Amino acid sequence: MASIRKIARRSFLIGSAAIVGGVAFGTYKYHQPAPNPLEEKDGRAVLNPFVFVDQSGVTLIAPRAEMGQGVKSSWASLIAEELDVDPAKVSVLHGPAAKAYYNSAMMSEALPGRGYDASDFQHSLGEIVGHMSKFLDLQVTGGSSSMRDGFDRMRQAGASARETLKQAAADQLGVSRDQLKTEDGHVVAPDGTRLSYSTLAAAAAMIEPVETGLRPASSWRLIGKDVPRIDMVAKSTGTAEFGVDVRLPGMKFAAIKQSPHFGVGKTAFDASAAEGMAGVEKILDLGDAVAVVATNTWLAQQAVDAIDVTWDPAPYPETTDAIFDEIARSFGNAPNSTMRDDGDVDTLPDGATVIEAEYRLPYLAHATMEPMNATALYTGDGLQIWAPNQGPTVVQKNAAELAGLEKDAVEVNTTYLGGGFGRRIETDYTDRAVQIALQMPGTPVQLTWSREEDMSHDFYRPGAIARYRAAVKDGNAVMVHGKIAAQSTTVEGAGRMLGLPMTGPDKGHVDAAFNQPLAIPNFRVEGYLAKPMIPVGFWRSVGASFNGFFSDCIIDEMAHAAGRDPLEFRLELAHPEWEPAAKVLETVRDMSGWTGKTADGIGRGVALAYSFGTPVAQVIEVANQDGQIRMTNAWIAADLGRVIDPQNTRAQMFGGMVYGLSAACFGEITFQGGAVEQQNFPDYDALRMHTMPKVEVALLENQPHMGGAGEPGTPPAAPALANAIFDLTGRRARQLPLMHDFDLFI
Amino acid sequence: MSTTLRINGITHQVDLPDDVPLLWVLRDEVGLTGTKFGCGVAACGACTVHIDGEAVRSCQVALSDVWGDVTTIEGIGTPDTMAAVQQAWVANQVAQCGYCQSGQIMQAASLLAENPSPSDAEIDEAMQGNLCRCGTYPRIRAAIHDAAKMMKEA
Ligand code: FES
Ligand code: FES
Repeated sequence: MASIRKIARRSFLIGSAAIVGGVAFGTYKYHQPAPNPLEEKDGRAVLNPFVFVDQSGVTLIAPRAEMGQGVKSSWASLIAEELDVDPAKVSVLHGPAAKAYYNSAMMSEALPGRGYDASDFQHSLGEIVGHMSKFLDLQVTGGSSSMRDGFDRMRQAGASARETLKQAAADQLGVSRDQLKTEDGHVVAPDGTRLSYSTLAAAAAMIEPVETGLRPASSWRLIGKDVPRIDMVAKSTGTAEFGVDVRLPGMKFAAIKQSPHFGVGKTAFDASAAEGMAGVEKILDLGDAVAVVATNTWLAQQAVDAIDVTWDPAPYPETTDAIFDEIARSFGNAPNSTMRDDGDVDTLPDGATVIEAEYRLPYLAHATMEPMNATALYTGDGLQIWAPNQGPTVVQKNAAELAGLEKDAVEVNTTYLGGGFGRRIETDYTDRAVQIALQMPGTPVQLTWSREEDMSHDFYRPGAIARYRAAVKDGNAVMVHGKIAAQSTTVEGAGRMLGLPMTGPDKGHVDAAFNQPLAIPNFRVEGYLAKPMIPVGFWRSVGASFNGFFSDCIIDEMAHAAGRDPLEFRLELAHPEWEPAAKVLETVRDMSGWTGKTADGIGRGVALAYSFGTPVAQVIEVANQDGQIRMTNAWIAADLGRVIDPQNTRAQMFGGMVYGLSAACFGEITFQGGAVEQQNFPDYDALRMHTMPKVEVALLENQPHMGGAGEPGTPPAAPALANAIFDLTGRRARQLPLMHDFDLFI
Repeated sequence: MSTTLRINGITHQVDLPDDVPLLWVLRDEVGLTGTKFGCGVAACGACTVHIDGEAVRSCQVALSDVWGDVTTIEGIGTPDTMAAVQQAWVANQVAQCGYCQSGQIMQAASLLAENPSPSDAEIDEAMQGNLCRCGTYPRIRAAIHDAAKMMKEA
């Protein structure tokens, strides 16, 4: 234990370095600093990565993808909290792809254990394991991890920079450091003299950085408050630069048509019709795709559509039914995991009522608002990439391999992301741009996928089947036995990202099924892995996106079979297991004025899901409107332990719920002839202004650890809605999307 | 073939085939990237601009069919001189990823020009063609009500 603490502490060593006319501050990770990514440029040396101060002011580096979750602002707030600068008055940059910006929180999620019951010791262990991602070069934004990752590290970077600047001022003024204060980018002396950080920067670089403790929560000015987001004006005036907005001198525009059958190439293609078309500059054969480079994206798209291609047949089952048959077949194999096995699920007490249910959920696309795109320039000995991406070091590594270059010769510029949801942790779209750029040396090319290409070439949320057997007796839960089968996102997606074979029990596959904070005496959850067929990846909340539905719907069915109020039934199971989970249930009960009774024509459903460290309860209310089902109200309560920015966190919770509800109502990716059937938004719709319920969000801070914000809002949405529809109609939704079996208001 | 367009008060000569949608003229030819591509089939509203003040999906209007003066998000206000609707957007911290917001703002601006105090039902009606995958709808609604107030007071 002692040695673990020591290592954890050593991982926060502070460093600084001289830059011309200034100083750079940052935190070193683990024993050795990761190599410094900010190059010496114009004589501006930067040793370490998070804060630098020079003549032009203060610059903070927030090396996480801004995809709408406000991370750029929140990350800057963590530094600014200790540094005493106004986040609105400093520059905040994303910075380059670099090892030093690795994500330490995401890997720690991979540790075994249910999460909510982790001791402090396990949390320290989690941090140490997190530092593994440094060695894997894992600079990624995902797993609802950014705030958990940056919370201590960034405040420490800010605190050290502040105290070091104060020391420089103390030396200059001949007073002791503790007589000085800091405020709005200045050190203030007892006599009121104000020295700006810029003027102190050069001197600060010459002294040993000062390590200091962190301020108590009671003195925070930014953390826990609504801080205006620094990207808001740009995003309200059309001036924020997304990937598709990159414009470079001499740039050309490309469109692509990839094999509709995943993983195979083509037998023949005829591009003669495309050759003479307006604006066309080059037609490219990419093996398993064809592309056209033109003077305009639309002209490129017209030309690529005119290319006649015969694709090789799909090497996997060609229809949705055949694919689900294959998923079901995996129940016949040995389970990949049994991550929960409490009591005995095989022996039931006399008189118990048994419930058996099979649930099926479809494959889902991410459908980010900004379609996949990337811009690349190949110069013969180097490659520059501009892309809205969630994993710059992965982009860099894969691009270097494609181009036969050293990683250092590949520069990755991360723009704003028009939505991520896990889609942009992949690198297929940057790889495609690189393939094209390699054939156009000296010319920057921007590749934009059509919506049709984007929807039919995703790394999908896997389709999943769950078989549950459960029992109640005398109004109480006696047993739950769940078996969950799907393709594995960990094996396929994480394997792809890390370039490593993933073996052993797959925790992500059963996340939000085995680790729900419910005291059920006989409780077993088994995971079954179907073989790879359709490309699958990380879809907002990953395994919890299907398991949240399975594990909560069965509880609702049990409550009904037991003749109990569904909210009270869950509450009784949560209380003895984990109080913060009970609290979120009580909160939505009180917010919604839950009585267990609803008027005629009104239905209410509740759901609870624990994922990414955060328990979330939701109540959804539906109404019968002229025979159609309309969502009228929703209430969300979430316990994040610590809320960095309430307004932004509410937006995340709410957005996560909308994402889940959209999928529950309309989302499905189906297959015919090995190809995806859905092509554009009319086939894959989402909630809109008029179909949106009114929503209230409550944020709690009862649990001792910091939970995620971006994902945990999604898992309870679909079950809460399905349970509400059951309350209204008496019909259980065991399959999604709901639009097939229910008449939804659209 | 050269076509003359008036965009945000400036005259542009563009040399593109007649059938190129206005969206792609704006983005790839004129360099006004504030207007976004989302679907190309009139299903998302990300490409919304005004022609003679009317909100239209620029992905559906061919270059040769542009019947009047075009206004894009860049034309209604800038970061230093934001239009009331943009100020309301900032005040309500509407954007998440922000990709749909140019289209949302242009749609809202035309609604407010026609109807200075829209009800919730009128907002639903006007805004339902504008998709937001991040789920910013409640703040869009609040910002429209705020903008309506600001414009009345102005
Ligand atoms: S891009 Fe025009 S409506 Fe979607
Ligand atoms: S803010 Fe992201 S799509 Fe609307």
